[in-house]
Amino acid sequence: MLNRTPLYAAHQKLGAKLIDFGGWEMPVQYTSITDEHLAVRNAAGIFDISHMGEVTVNGPGAEAFLNSVLTNDIRKLPTGGGQYTLMCNERGGVVDDLYAYRLSVGVYFLIINASRIEADVAWLKAQAAKFKGAEVSLTDASHHYAAVAVQGPRVQEFIDAVIPGASGSVFPVAAVTALKKNQIAGFKFEDHTVFVARTGYSGEDGFEIVGPDISIQRIWDKVLELGKPFGAKPAGLGARDTLRTEVCYPLYGHELDENTTPIEAGVGFFVALDKGEFNGRSVLAEQKANGVKKKLVAFKMTDKSAPPRPHYPIWVNGASVGEVVSGTQSPSLNLGIGMGYVPPASAAPDTKIEIEIRGKRYAAVVVKKPIYKKA
Amino acid sequence: MSNVPSDLKYAKSHEWIRVSGDTATVGITDHAQAELTDIVFVELPATGRKVKAGEACAVVESVKTASDIYSPVSGEITEVNTAVVDNPALVNSAPDTGGWFYKIKLSNAAELGALLSPEDYKKQIGG
Repeated sequence: MLNRTPLYAAHQKLGAKLIDFGGWEMPVQYTSITDEHLAVRNAAGIFDISHMGEVTVNGPGAEAFLNSVLTNDIRKLPTGGGQYTLMCNERGGVVDDLYAYRLSVGVYFLIINASRIEADVAWLKAQAAKFKGAEVSLTDASHHYAAVAVQGPRVQEFIDAVIPGASGSVFPVAAVTALKKNQIAGFKFEDHTVFVARTGYSGEDGFEIVGPDISIQRIWDKVLELGKPFGAKPAGLGARDTLRTEVCYPLYGHELDENTTPIEAGVGFFVALDKGEFNGRSVLAEQKANGVKKKLVAFKMTDKSAPPRPHYPIWVNGASVGEVVSGTQSPSLNLGIGMGYVPPASAAPDTKIEIEIRGKRYAAVVVKKPIYKKA
Repeated sequence: MSNVPSDLKYAKSHEWIRVSGDTATVGITDHAQAELTDIVFVELPATGRKVKAGEACAVVESVKTASDIYSPVSGEITEVNTAVVDNPALVNSAPDTGGWFYKIKLSNAAELGALLSPEDYKKQIGG
C-alpha cells in the first residue's frame, strides 16, 4: 500500500494522474506537464510536497553537530535563515541534499527528500551517537507535517491574501511577501502555525509552506481559489521535474547518490571547506585541489531527436564516456535538454557531444548552467 | 470520455486499425493520446519493413516517457505519415484522422479477427 498525502482527495477531485513516487501515491500531472510547467514559468502553480521529510535538531550541541555532518557552514544562518546544504558520507558521497533552517538558537529544521527519510534519519542518529560535543536531540517529524510549494512570478500578488498578516514566530516580518529569499517565519493560519519559507525548486520566485494537515489542505484550496485570477494551477511531479531540470537543480537518485560527491555534481559552492572538520571533508578538499574524474554537465540537443532520458550513453569523439542522469523535452525552450556525467576534459561549455538514443547517436552541445534563464 | 470511432478495430495495446481492401492504416487511440498527453516526438518504421503482429515498430514520446507502439497486424509497411514526425502534437489533436502512423499491406487478414470491436475496446478502457 502506497503512502498518501493529506491532499490525496484533492488530487482525485482534480482528476490527477497518480503514480508511485518513492512509495508515495503522487500526482504526476493534472492536465498536461507542459501546461503546468508554463503556468509556473509565467504565472503560478501549487505542488503537493507533503511526501518530503522534516527533521528537527535541537539542543546546545545542535549547531556544532550539524556543522560536522553537513557541507555548508550552518554558523552563517541567523534565526529565520535557510541554506541549501548536503550531507556526505566519509567518502564524500552524498547521503542527501537538503534545506536547513534555523528557527531559534539551538533549534534547526531540516527538509529532506522523501526517498531518503529512512536513510537520512538512520545516518543522522548514527552520527549523533558518535558526536562528542554538547547534547543534541533529533526528531523525525515527517509524519507531523504536510507541505505545499507555491511557485511562479505572480505568486507574490496573492499569497498575502492566502496567509494574511504578520509573522508570529521565528522571525518578524510584516507579511509573507516581506520574506527575503531563503528566509523562514512562522505564521498563524486559522488555528495553527505554519512555516513559510521563500524557497523552491522551480527557478521561479515562490514559497514553501509546511504545517499540520488541516492547514495545508485549507491553504491548497485557498491558493487555487484566490490564485485563479492570476493564473494559478495545480502542478504535478512531471512539471516539477521539467522545471528543475531546466534550471539544473539536482535531484537525489539522478545527479546525486552515495558514490557521487558535491564537487563532481557541481555544487561545490555549498561545501564550506574552511569551516573545520566535517564528514567527507578530506575527499572533497582533495577533489577541489586536484580535480575530479567525472563532472556533471548540462546539455542541449542540436540534432532533431527524441528527448534524452536517464541512462542514455554520452559519446565524445567516437567513445562512450558517460551517461545522462536527467533528460526531457524542455517545455520552455521546446527542445531536448538534460544533464549527465562526463570526464572533465569534455565538460567545458560548447563541447560537442552525442547522445545515444535507441542505438543511434544524435548531436548535442554542453551548455553553461542553468540551461534556462529568464529573459 | 474518449472517442472510439465505430468504423475501426482496436488492439488491447491501444492502437487502432482502419482496413481498406488488403491494406490498413494504423494509429494510436484517442484514449492513448489522452493518457500520454504532450506528445513531443514520434519515430516511425521504415517503408518496406516487414513487421509481425504484436511487434514494436514505432515509438511515441511524451514529455515524461517513451512508449512503444505495437503493430496490430503482420505485413509490410507501405507508407508512413511524415506529418506526425514534423508535428507530433497532431497525434494529440487528431489521433484517429490526421495523426495516423503508417499504412501496412496485410500478410494475414485472418489476424483481424483477433482484434477488438469498438464496443469491446470501450469496455477495456472503462468508457
